[in-house]
Amino acid sequence: MADLAQAAQRAHPLQTGHAGVGSVSVALADNATRVSLRARPDAVAALSKALGLSLPLKPKTTTSQGNRAALWIGPDEWLLLDVDGSSLVADLAKVKVLHSAVDVSHRNVGIVVSGKGADAVVNGGCPQDLSLGAFPVGAASRTVLGKIEIVLWRTAEDTFRVECWRSFSGYAYSFLQESARDVAV
Amino acid sequence: MLLIKCPYCEEERPELEFRNAGEAHLVRSPAISEQSDEDFAAFLYFRQNPKGLQFERWRHIHGCGRFFNAVRDSVSDKFLTVYKAGEPRPDVETLLNPETVSDAEPAKKRAPRAKKGEL
Ligand SMILES: [Zn+2]
Repeated sequence: MADLAQAAQRAHPLQTGHAGVGSVSVALADNATRVSLRARPDAVAALSKALGLSLPLKPKTTTSQGNRAALWIGPDEWLLLDVDGSSLVADLAKVKVLHSAVDVSHRNVGIVVSGKGADAVVNGGCPQDLSLGAFPVGAASRTVLGKIEIVLWRTAEDTFRVECWRSFSGYAYSFLQESARDVAV
Repeated sequence: MLLIKCPYCEEERPELEFRNAGEAHLVRSPAISEQSDEDFAAFLYFRQNPKGLQFERWRHIHGCGRFFNAVRDSVSDKFLTVYKAGEPRPDVETLLNPETVSDAEPAKKRAPRAKKGEL
């Protein structure tokens, strides 16, 4: 019993970072422009033209052009991401067909989970099948992480972008760091 | 974990992404002011809640956000089918005895269907 107590490493509850412990890094993404876009099928062509990319129509898929990306969220809903200060909102303001575009740049916080085993780190709190067959590079989906809702986007084989609401970001960040520690063990 | 197929996402997803939204195919009368209190109470409050197959609404709230309908066995938790909101109620007998069925899973092995009046 005493041996066990000595062998187990006690983690401080406020401990952050895990440099040198594992292969997966959990880092804050750069600030970004984000738009929640809702539109009916007949508006998709005009919106795609204004955005300079084809809005994805298949579930769990994304399309991108340069830094700009469109994530399929639902049959009439997309999350658009672009670099901070982009013309995303202005581009959409020019579209005359009926749609709803809400600037949610500051509602969300992005967290990038990358490195070998990143899928296992996300799976620490996300119940979706993240194998490459089921969730390939470029796949994106709204889902859950622990107690909160997130949007998950696989940007590379070993890299995920987690988008969560600002007030949940502390929870998401700590959760993913703790999960990264567990995976490292 | 229970896997539920979303007809909009076209694949099975973990149950944590879903919320049950009660009995399906409840139609609100277009003239509720002409309805008796009993009839309105029946629409608003009283539900079948059968032991066996039931038609339910579900919402893929932490996914695509859409409501859809499902036929689920409340005893075994098995989903017989899911279908998009607005689509007609599927025929349960056809679901239980599809003509093209292989003999792998005989229908009689499934939980019995709730009989009328057996709530
Ligand atoms: Zn869905």
